[in-house]
Amino acid sequence: MESDIGWWGVLIAVIGGAIRVSTPFLFVSLGETITEKAGRINLGLEGTLVFGAMIGYGTAVLLSEAWVANALAADPTVRVDVRMYESAAWIGVLVAGVAGSIFGVVHGILCSFKRVNDIALGIALMLLGTGLAFYFGKPFIQPVAPDLPAIPLGNWSDVPQIQAALRVNVLFLIGIALAFVLWWALRNTRLGLIVRVVGDNADAARALGYNVNLVRTLATGAGGVFAGIGGAYLSLYYPGSWNEGISSGQGLMAVALVIFARWNPIGCFYAALLFGGAGALGPALQSVGVTQGTYLFNAAPYLLTLGIMILTSSRSRALAGAPGELSITR
Amino acid sequence: MSVAEVIPVPAEPVAPAALAVKKRAVSVETIGMTKRFGGFTALGDVSVRIGAGTVHALLGENGAGKSTLVKCIMGFYQPTGGQLLVDDREAVIASPRDAHERGLGMVYQHFTLIPSLTAAENLVISRPHVSAVINWRAEKRRLEEFMARMPFQIPLDRPVAELAAGQKQKLEILKQLYLESRFLILDEPTSVLTPQEAEEVLGLLKGMANAGDLTILMITHKFREVEAFAEDVSVLRRGQLTGHGRVTDLSRQEMAAMMIGSKTIAAVVQRVGEPDRDKPVLDLDGLAVVDRSGLRSTNIDALRVHSREVVGIAGVSGNGQKELAEALGGQLKPTAGRIAVDGVRYLGTRDETRSHQVRFIPEEPLKNACVPNMSVAENLSFRTFDEDGDRQVVWLRQGRIRALARSLVERFGVKTASIAAPVATLSGGNVQRAVLARELTGEVELLIVTNPCFGLDFTAVAEIRSQIIDARNRGAAVLLISEDLDEILELSDRILVMSEGRIVYETDRANADLGAIGQHMAGHH
Repeated sequence: MESDIGWWGVLIAVIGGAIRVSTPFLFVSLGETITEKAGRINLGLEGTLVFGAMIGYGTAVLLSEAWVANALAADPTVRVDVRMYESAAWIGVLVAGVAGSIFGVVHGILCSFKRVNDIALGIALMLLGTGLAFYFGKPFIQPVAPDLPAIPLGNWSDVPQIQAALRVNVLFLIGIALAFVLWWALRNTRLGLIVRVVGDNADAARALGYNVNLVRTLATGAGGVFAGIGGAYLSLYYPGSWNEGISSGQGLMAVALVIFARWNPIGCFYAALLFGGAGALGPALQSVGVTQGTYLFNAAPYLLTLGIMILTSSRSRALAGAPGELSITR
Repeated sequence: MSVAEVIPVPAEPVAPAALAVKKRAVSVETIGMTKRFGGFTALGDVSVRIGAGTVHALLGENGAGKSTLVKCIMGFYQPTGGQLLVDDREAVIASPRDAHERGLGMVYQHFTLIPSLTAAENLVISRPHVSAVINWRAEKRRLEEFMARMPFQIPLDRPVAELAAGQKQKLEILKQLYLESRFLILDEPTSVLTPQEAEEVLGLLKGMANAGDLTILMITHKFREVEAFAEDVSVLRRGQLTGHGRVTDLSRQEMAAMMIGSKTIAAVVQRVGEPDRDKPVLDLDGLAVVDRSGLRSTNIDALRVHSREVVGIAGVSGNGQKELAEALGGQLKPTAGRIAVDGVRYLGTRDETRSHQVRFIPEEPLKNACVPNMSVAENLSFRTFDEDGDRQVVWLRQGRIRALARSLVERFGVKTASIAAPVATLSGGNVQRAVLARELTGEVELLIVTNPCFGLDFTAVAEIRSQIIDARNRGAAVLLISEDLDEILELSDRILVMSEGRIVYETDRANADLGAIGQHMAGHH
């Protein structure tokens, strides 16, 4: 604990926290943006996130153990290459994305049936996803999986807090890039326009010859991929281990965040940073010795959700910018 | 010559607009077209020829088979029998997509635009082939070239949701031209246009038709439009072709006879007595209402409706009439101003509607004035089920509710299988009759009516208008909000025009001038 930077430490820690904590928010909210732009809400992303965390972690653990065992069997004196661990972690991310896409596609297909409500189904899938993750994840609570690599962007400074805060994970950078790509794609590509058409006026989309249910199913599948990857980030980088309390509702908050961001991918990025920073506030204050009210500060993201919802609400106005087919706005 | 004209852009598929110059109007002919749904013949042996480059009106009441015929042409339905010729060659049209490929396009009554997309995005995405990445600079340039050739303009880079209804209708037509439809079906095109806009749009389209670029089939039930714009007319009744010919050869009486057959229509009841100018019933003062999107505000500085007076509010849909009606009905809370009934502040509670005898006939009554899945009897009792004289009741008296329902159903001629049937099973006209029966029973001091005859046939229209005039003759103050100008002219003692959320014009019955009303509806004032 460096005393000479004092309260600046809190700010630096909040910024660092914002970068570390925001990544899962960013991925889940980008995924949910795609889904909601197509006209459905997938509340199951919380379950997808937890399942992604578990399966990504499990894959990385099993792969790295198997590879190391293989290498040692061939040559007991070999030094294990660190890149082997990194590859295992990346494959974990990939597997988490694939698992997420399965959850998304299941949601999409089931919602294509008449009288299936997307919100109720989402809650069911949320419980199913976490349940499956807890069930299959039991053996992975103890072992340690390799971490995803981080890029040290803070080496220009000799203040260790700044160095720590600016160790940026590659997924965070990918997330930013995706936010901008998505923002661009929604207005400049055929697929983007089709997604918006389907989400805003299903009848018109049918009249234009598009298969509404197919587009929505694929959009929900894509959203699932994003959420699965967000989960893998949780278990493979920060906090960096698998346990049952790993998500603590981040998947659900990310859904709220999409509304706060007005269905704008770049807005999602800023909102994710804000939520991430709020999530880092408690630990940051603890690190400078503020121990009173820790639990309250830890609840900052949840209070922020409530506060934002109240502040941006209006008694008379409908949600501006909401896709016209969403069941909450219709 | 610009660079763009010299260097061809090879990668992109050629925009249809670029080819438009080469294509000419096409003719369409049906021969013995028949469509049956089970045992019901919606369309029986209809043969109509719509010549290339003409404007052809398809006239008929609701349910006469106009939509069925058009849907068979457009490939939404497969006809049970008969042939379709496009440009004198037999054509099998299995889907709307086939129809588009042959240059047949349709402008629907409900909009098929996507509200959050801009006009440019709507046009581009409606094309059958769109490149994976859209080069907006090139698209914008082509769209501007296209618009330069078009007879009317609309802003391209604003979300469609912000356009007025008339502009949306124009955009729908532009979309069909952009997709280079050479045969255009217009479904009740003037329902959202002011008389001047209708004149402009239909006149320009007629010009394109006469130049040989376009053939137009216009669905309508208004004689005025047939006479003003069409060269030929075909009339349908109950799925049969009952007449056709040159418009100039037919009189209104002849067309009406073809349309409604031999049945006689009761004339609307005569108005009796003069408005009671000393007795204002409804009094609005500085009323301001903001719509649900929060974007448009409606401001009524002053509006009075007297006893034994029908005040008609004319205007194109979406100019604040809905907000006014909802404020009066207590559905929207005014942001400023005062509503008074009988000189007392009125907030729309059940007690107030009861003590002042205020009654409502909102638009889309099944949605706004009924609980669709409850029975006809229950729906008819909504005004009275909870009272017994001056007391509130605890236990419902089913016998009384049923007796009331039976008497109303008989008196108002509501056709229903049983009073226990859900009101949603009734036809549109009968739902309207049921609501009217409920609202007009007992003493009525103030009646607020919105589009009461929308989508109803002649017979029902005459009955319902008679009921409204009857209520007026008995001393009720009536506020009639309608998009049907003919209805306003027929029923009102005084006519107001709403445009852009304000009352912009007022005239009494005797001095009503259609031209002036139309101009104010269009916002030229």
